[in-house]
Amino acid sequence: MSTDNQPVKKICIIVSRGSLDGIYPALIMANGARMEGIEASVFFTFFGLNALVEKTLDHLKVATVGNPALNMAMPLLNLPITMPFPSCVGVIPGVSAFATGLMSREMEKLDIPPVREFLELISDSGGKLFACRLAMDMFKLKREDLCDRVDDVLTVGQFYEDAAGAGTHLLFT
Amino acid sequence: MITTIAGHEVDVNEEGYLTDMTRWNEAIAAAIAAGEGVGPLTDAHLKVIHYLREQQAKGAALTIRSMGKSGVVTTKELYDLFPGGPLKKSSKIAGIPKPVGCI
Repeated sequence: MSTDNQPVKKICIIVSRGSLDGIYPALIMANGARMEGIEASVFFTFFGLNALVEKTLDHLKVATVGNPALNMAMPLLNLPITMPFPSCVGVIPGVSAFATGLMSREMEKLDIPPVREFLELISDSGGKLFACRLAMDMFKLKREDLCDRVDDVLTVGQFYEDAAGAGTHLLFT
Repeated sequence: MITTIAGHEVDVNEEGYLTDMTRWNEAIAAAIAAGEGVGPLTDAHLKVIHYLREQQAKGAALTIRSMGKSGVVTTKELYDLFPGGPLKKSSKIAGIPKPVGCI
């Protein structure tokens, strides 16, 4: 094979956002990589850690405020995609949970698992889940606060060491 | 594209997937598996392959998640049995079309 067609052998994904829509793309890309026989590591840093913390990982929400891409084309509402979701509605208690519920239901229809099950799926497939050491210190988190599927707590340097090898790609989501 | 696999003339697409799942048999499966670096095929492989064929015949969309929940095989076992692309390779060996989903 020519070097021009060098396949992706490993994908290392860095996820720093903790909203549902911040976490899912990383999980989907990692799982998709494993399905193609590509090695996958996900490094959760800053608010991305929410996806690994036992107390928060089942309660991730879609941002209904400060999310200008969010629109009214939701099931039940059936409004056009060009109509933005008003931020003033987004601040009302329960609205973010409601939007999250709608999105979760649509994802379930496509066989996209909830976060906890998705982490298990990636872990069972041989994908690696890493927590950022610095972010752990910043949020005063301990290893025992994280779900048991987490492979390790790594420094940035250790994460780059894990990324070593030709055909590795790094992706910041 | 007509090709001969394990002595059987079959029609495959450009990626080597059988275009007609009814032309499949276990000898063809073994030959495709060898070409994919899978096997020799054991009962565990065949259980997955037959399950895939049943689901395909029903028109079900196949995903890694649904396989793991099927009770036929765990996610870990599926990756161990078909290294380097569990759903893609098992589907090819099972003589069914390449799965199109992202999950």
